Amino acid sequence: MITFEDVTKRYRDGTVAVDELSLEVPNGAITVFVGPSGCGKTTSLRMINRMIDATSGRITLDGQDVREIDPPTLRRGIGYVIQQAGLFPHRKIVDNVATVPYLLGWNKKKARARAMELLDLVGLDPGLADRYPFQLSGGQQQRVGVARALAADPPVLLMDEPFSAVDPIVRASLQDELLRLQSELRKTIVFVTHDIDEAVKLGDTVAVMRVGGRLAQMAGPATLLTEPADDFVREFLGRDRGIRRLSFISAKEVRLRPAPSDLVTDEDGRPLGWRTAEGLAAHGTFNPETDSLRAALDAALLSANGTAVAVDEEGRVRGVAGRDAIDELLAEYAPPAAGPAPGASRGGTSEGAPT
Amino acid sequence: MNWLAGFFGDAAHWSGPDGIPVRLLEHLEFSAAAFLVAALIAVPLGMLIGHTGRGALLVVVAANAARALPTLGLLVLVVLLAGVGTVLPVLIPLIVLAVPPILVNTYEGVRGVDADLRDAAYGMGLRGRQVLFRTLTPVALPLILLGLRLAAIQVVSTATVAAFVGLGGLGRFIIDGLATKTYADVVGGAVLVAALALAVQFAFVLLDRAVVSPGVRQVR
Amino acid sequence: MTDEPLVRWDWIARNWANGGPTAISALLENHVVMAFLPVLFGLVVALPLGLACVRWRWLYQPTAALMNVTYSLPSLVLFSIFLSITGLTRSTVVIPLTFFALAVLIPAVVDGLASVPDSVRQSAVAMGFRPARRLLRVELPVAVPVVLAGLRVATVSSISLVSVGALIGQGGLGNLFIDGWQRQFYTPIVVGIALIVLLAVLADGLLVLAQRLLTPWSRARRTA
Repeated sequence: MITFEDVTKRYRDGTVAVDELSLEVPNGAITVFVGPSGCGKTTSLRMINRMIDATSGRITLDGQDVREIDPPTLRRGIGYVIQQAGLFPHRKIVDNVATVPYLLGWNKKKARARAMELLDLVGLDPGLADRYPFQLSGGQQQRVGVARALAADPPVLLMDEPFSAVDPIVRASLQDELLRLQSELRKTIVFVTHDIDEAVKLGDTVAVMRVGGRLAQMAGPATLLTEPADDFVREFLGRDRGIRRLSFISAKEVRLRPAPSDLVTDEDGRPLGWRTAEGLAAHGTFNPETDSLRAALDAALLSANGTAVAVDEEGRVRGVAGRDAIDELLAEYAPPAAGPAPGASRGGTSEGAPT
Repeated sequence: MNWLAGFFGDAAHWSGPDGIPVRLLEHLEFSAAAFLVAALIAVPLGMLIGHTGRGALLVVVAANAARALPTLGLLVLVVLLAGVGTVLPVLIPLIVLAVPPILVNTYEGVRGVDADLRDAAYGMGLRGRQVLFRTLTPVALPLILLGLRLAAIQVVSTATVAAFVGLGGLGRFIIDGLATKTYADVVGGAVLVAALALAVQFAFVLLDRAVVSPGVRQVR
Repeated sequence: MTDEPLVRWDWIARNWANGGPTAISALLENHVVMAFLPVLFGLVVALPLGLACVRWRWLYQPTAALMNVTYSLPSLVLFSIFLSITGLTRSTVVIPLTFFALAVLIPAVVDGLASVPDSVRQSAVAMGFRPARRLLRVELPVAVPVVLAGLRVATVSSISLVSVGALIGQGGLGNLFIDGWQRQFYTPIVVGIALIVLLAVLADGLLVLAQRLLTPWSRARRTA
């Protein structure tokens, strides 16, 4: 566990980047620091691996004050991913990934074998191993950055706006990849971003920071969306909080009824559309096992007749849910008046993520 | 062209203490000595200044001074002050004029390394020295080599002029030819020095190929 | 020579303007002309050539290679080679120095035009500038700082290099070095070095000033 105890960073010119920050980063989960520029989120992150030293207060890593650890030694035990990947241009991809193993004195063969393993883990073609960074796309470089950070299997991973410099489609796939990796690896990850959607998508816990380096609110993403602590957090979260919150409610409990006869399917039982006088009309599908209530609602809205089609992993029809069935769940989990958030689990929250 | 044929066709120019082989060897000797001393001073200094950011003013001053200082004037003054007839003092201006290009380019090379790259290197847990030698130096290498190349050319050039103050080497053909109005020797000597300068240039192209990582070369 | 002072002021006073061709003021004048002509010629040639290299990219590689080779040749070598064509005249110094100036100025013009941000060029096109007008009104002004940086290097180098011409009897202030050497007399040498460095600093300063006047926007950006 990483703890911040009254941590302050004041620069020589008097600017306070981080002001009396106290929080706990739980093990094996993703904690996101999010806020507008100048809120001290990156400074806070960089104080963990001592790229910056705090002016006062204490940061501990599993109970030990990081100030007591020699910085290079500390850093070799913490993965670090930055925005532009920061790959070494003069070294091949495989050697970039093996940087920390080499530093730790592993022999070359073992380090390279480990690097190849990691390339595979982050979804990169092993054929890229002997390329140089300039030969890779931005998204690929960022994957190499993640692989490099994981090379020595550090329990902690610090990620400083790692996906900000790539286009939205690549960013979404990198985010999904990170969630997939995390479900396997269960690292303690501190992730810095200015993008609240990214924070809500990735974070088990989200720490919203405000300019001047103060913590505004720290909570799970669902709680954050339902119960913003103040106007600043509310404004920062932006519009559509209600709809976005549905992403954190599983569609498992949506009451399904058997598919009516006007739902046309192919021979394998995959839906093709609704039969109408004019021909086939549009339909929307969701998978109750893996999707959220938001996806179910979306499927209903996409269907010509307002009825969402539930499918299994193979895409075969399992049943249908009308808006009434979805409304029942909405009434239960997201009542009109803002009440306490139910214990929405994070299971199946990542829409569209391969799980 | 007749002059060239006259110069290179003359058997007397190919042997003896003022034959082409001896003069070439002399030229190489002085140049190599001055170049090595300059490199030993300027490369570490440039790396240090680039890495720490301290002393950048020195680099700016050196760069400007090197361009403005007249080679011939410096040679004449230093040799007169030190006493005519000794070789070592002649090396001083050669070294002085070779230091700035190496210093400036090494400094620029190290300083110009992407801040993200430095950050990543420290973040991975490299120590200061490891960051300098394993990250900054390889990435700055093309510029360091450029500085060394410019310095080598500068040394070959200054050594030619230095024949005027009594240094041996290929410059002798030019200087002596001018004094005796034997213009065939002047042009012949000039062609030899030109060939040497181009050979140095070419040697650095090969060196660049051999030691610069393809990953870095492509970026530039 | 140990008791000989570095500078004899009375010698300077006597020789500053003695009316002859070896007067310091005459040498200075000569030096200025021989140093600035190559830069002037260089600029006149480098502008169209640089533009051509930008317009037809394939031209740049061979031009740059040729300039690189030229620049690696010692000035004395080029003087010696031109001696066989132009004899012991000023041209034997001015022509090679023009090549040196070109070697600096052509890349400066090309880099300068390359330094025009694509967004600037695109918006000029989008606003309806025709190519010639765009070059004159948008691209060249934006390229001025880089071209001037090259001009500073070329000017200072040229001022310093002229003195090597003294070895073929055409060196402006460089002739003072020969004079000092032959008479084992420090003063002319020191005066020569000092005047050349002073001239270089002065010319450089004027060019910096010119840049400030020509590109007021770049100064504003620097202080911002």
